[in-house]
Formats: sequence, structure tokens, C-alpha cells
Amino acid sequence: MRKYWHVINTGIQNMMVYRVNFLFRAAFGIIPLMATIYLWRKIYEGKEVGSSVAGYSLAGMISYYLLVTIVDALTAVNEDDWQIATDIKDGNISQFLLKPIDYLTYRFCLFVAGRFIYVAVALIPVGLFIYYLRTFFVGPVDLPTFVLFLFSVALTAVLQFLMSFTMALLAFWVLEVSTFIFILFALEYIAGGHLFPLDILPPVVSKVLNFTPFPYQLFFPVSIYLGQTSGSAIWRGLIIQTFWVVIFYFVARFVWSRGIKKYSAVGG
Amino acid sequence: MNFKRYSTIYGALWRNSVVREMGFKSNFILWIFVELLWFALQLSFIGVIYLHTDHIGDWTKWQVVMLIGASHFIQQIFQAFFLVNCTQLSELIRTGKLDFMLLLPVNTRFLISLRQVDLGGFVNGTSGLAVMAYAAKQLHIMPGFLSIVGFFLLCAAGILIHYSLMFLLSTISFWTVRAQGIVWGYYNLFNISRMPDSAFQGFFKAFFTFAIPMLLVANVPAKLIALKLQSPWEMVLLVATAGVCFTLSEIGWRFAMKHYTSASS
Repeated sequence: MRKYWHVINTGIQNMMVYRVNFLFRAAFGIIPLMATIYLWRKIYEGKEVGSSVAGYSLAGMISYYLLVTIVDALTAVNEDDWQIATDIKDGNISQFLLKPIDYLTYRFCLFVAGRFIYVAVALIPVGLFIYYLRTFFVGPVDLPTFVLFLFSVALTAVLQFLMSFTMALLAFWVLEVSTFIFILFALEYIAGGHLFPLDILPPVVSKVLNFTPFPYQLFFPVSIYLGQTSGSAIWRGLIIQTFWVVIFYFVARFVWSRGIKKYSAVGG
Repeated sequence: MNFKRYSTIYGALWRNSVVREMGFKSNFILWIFVELLWFALQLSFIGVIYLHTDHIGDWTKWQVVMLIGASHFIQQIFQAFFLVNCTQLSELIRTGKLDFMLLLPVNTRFLISLRQVDLGGFVNGTSGLAVMAYAAKQLHIMPGFLSIVGFFLLCAAGILIHYSLMFLLSTISFWTVRAQGIVWGYYNLFNISRMPDSAFQGFFKAFFTFAIPMLLVANVPAKLIALKLQSPWEMVLLVATAGVCFTLSEIGWRFAMKHYTSASS
């Protein structure tokens, strides 16, 4: 276990190099977010005062996007999948096959380190932005819900990581994985709830989406926080979310072991 | 004469790009698919929003679809000609390749800006036009020859704005290697150009109309086709802004060149 603490530690130090990049990313990311929020404000202006869209008041809608930004900062994979693919392509993973280090755990530690630095950096612009919109930011329903929200966020992070990890392992078989990474990203973007809350979709569509892992990559924890998911639905959701985490853990392990057999250490 | 020489050079650059792209055919097709997917995603966002409202400001559903089509068209054509080239400037500086280019007997800015052509952009651009045509049909609009020509000219002005601003930002890489992050940050702002302008007001609107004219680039051409222009001055504003942006980028480029002292060679 101690060696992995080491990985996290050096990972954090390495990630410090990217801090300015992270700051740019977080700051520039706010501008389109602001545009989306203005768009929604305009839509609510066109309605009667106090009316709601699929259960979201204006404050609820704005909070939704703010929470998406927060959860995204805490859980999104950004460079990890590219790095894994490059490691495989350039033959860098050979060294991990020789060392008593498990590559998946190693990568997870680096992911955690990366998120740690990203959150520390993004805190400034995102914090200012939330402060600017503080009148619209609703608090969590109650303390137990908030704890469940945090728990779900942790599961989200693991799920995000495992799915990206598996996707990046495609590099064992294909030369250029970036298109696949982008396709997955696009699916996560819409079916995960980045663009809009999934429960404003027609009920049939959102029901179908609930059979995919995507809502559990972002939408589910946010909906707990906002009280859109409540009572026994939270528990049921958490069980499904855990189920997806376990599934993807085994898929990742399986794909890895198949990949290693195929691996020929090009250039390594 | 000069024009003929430059078009010969540009023809050679085109041939190079075609050969390069065709080396990775399946990748070429997959990228087109990815772009189509993102385009469909933006359209579905509008589709979902209009399930819950029938107007955003004074924009109806099919008018916004038309705007998104126009914005996609502009973005893709920009991507076809300029995007890769703008993002690569910092690499050229870092690796010292720029020195070699400065020695060539052509305008360096021309060479840097148009070195590579991304052919997929043209394919994806047509999907934007197709969506616009469909939206026009839904709106019962039959644009005449003049307004179609006007549309493409305004799009050209919009593309010129994107190119000038991104090029200006990429010249920051003469001073710092971090410029690539800024250039990609600018690319993020493209998201704003597909939003209907009347959704915004106050500082935000003024900033993205006059300082960074994102709310002009696609809105004005789309409004021309959708018969939504409040006055012809909007078109004048777009063209004038394009001129200003291009001049600024040329001044920035010359300033950067004057202070350039090679990187690694």
C-alpha cells in the first residue's frame, strides 16, 4: 500500500506542472457555462413568474449547472486516458510488467493526484463564479442527503476512471484511439447530463438512459443533491451505480489481461 | 503574377494535405463521424429546450436550428483552413522549425496560416448547410440568390474574425510556451457563437459583440437568411469588425516578428 502513496505523492508533484493549464481550462470553461445560464434565464423570463421546467425552478436550474461544474471538477478524467494510450503505444508499460506495481492501481493514484491539483486550482475561478450567482445557489436538502451525495460523487469518480481506462486500453489493438475517446466523451456529455438535466427529457428517453451507465457518471449525484432523486430511489440508484463500478472494474481487468497478451512492446 | 505564384504554392500545400489524410482513411472517416455526433448533440440540446418553451428571446425553434447550422458551417470551414495551423505555431517556435520557414521566399504568415488543410472540415460544413436548408423549409423561407451570396460573404467575414483572433492569440507563443492552452481556451468560446444573441444583455452581450465578436460571427449570417435582421447595419458591423480584427492580428504578428530571437537553433 505504501508504494501507492508514493505514486500519489509524486503524481501531485508532477501535476503541479500543469497548474496554469488547469487554471486556463477552469476559467475558460466558465464562459460557455455562463452563456448557458443566461440562456435559461431568458427562457424563464418568457414564462410566468415562479413557473418551473420539469420541476426545476430558475434557481434549481442554475444550481444544476453549478453542481455539474463542481462534480465535474471533482471526478472528470482529462489527461489520463490520453496518457494511458500513449504509454501503450510507446511501449512505456513494459516497465510496469516487470515491477511489482499494478498498472490499474498506479493509474488510479495518478488520477486522484490530478483531481486533487485540479480542484485546488479550479477553486478560485469556480468559487468566484458561484459567489457571483450565490442568490441562485440552493443548499442541499438535508445533511443525510448531502452525505449520500458525497458518497455518490466518489462512486462517480471511480466509474469515470474505469470507463476511460478501459477505453484507453483499445490502444492495444488500434493505433489511433483519440476518435474513440471523443465518441465516448460525446456520449457522456449528453447522456451524462452535462448539457441539460436528464429529467427534462421525455420520460421514455430518460428511462432508457437509466439503463446505461452514463447518468451515473454525473447526473445521478447532482440529482441527489437537488432532491430530484429522493427516498428509496436514492438507495436504488446507489446500488445500480455500485453495480456499474463493479462491472467496469472487471471489464477493465479483463481487457487489460487480453491486451497484455497482444502487446508486443513496440519501441520499448 | 504574385497571386499566381501564391496559388501554385497553395495548390502544392493542398496536394500534401490530401496525401496525408488519405494515408489514414479510416481515421478520416471516424473523425467525420465524431464531428457529426457533436453536431447532432447541439441540435438535440435545442430540441430538448424547445420541449419546454416556444421562444428564447425573439428566436423560435427553427430559427435557432438555422443559427446552429450556420455556426457549425462557419466553425467547420474555419477548422478546414486554419485551426490546426493556428494551434501548431507554438510547436513551430519550440522546435525551431519557424527559422527554416522564415528563410523561405514566401510570406511567412501565409505559410504558417495555410500550411495544412483539414479536408474533413469541408464534409462537415455541408452537414451544417443541409440543416440550414431543412430549417429554411420549416420556416417557409426561400432565400433568393442575393441573400445566399450575402450569407457566404458574411460567413467569410466571420471566419476571418475567428482566424484573426486565434492567430493573434497564438502569437503569444513567441513569449511563452503556454500559449497553446490559451488558443484552445479561445476555441471553447465557439460555444457562444451558436447561442441566439437576444438571450444576452448587459456587459456579457457588449463584451461578446464588440470585444470578442462571438455573438456576431454566426448570428448575423443566420439572421440574414432567417429574415431577422433588424437593420443592415448589423452586417456592416460584422464586416467592419472583421477588418479591425485582421488589422490587429497583422500588427500583433509584426510586433512579434520584430522581437523574435529563435528558440532552439
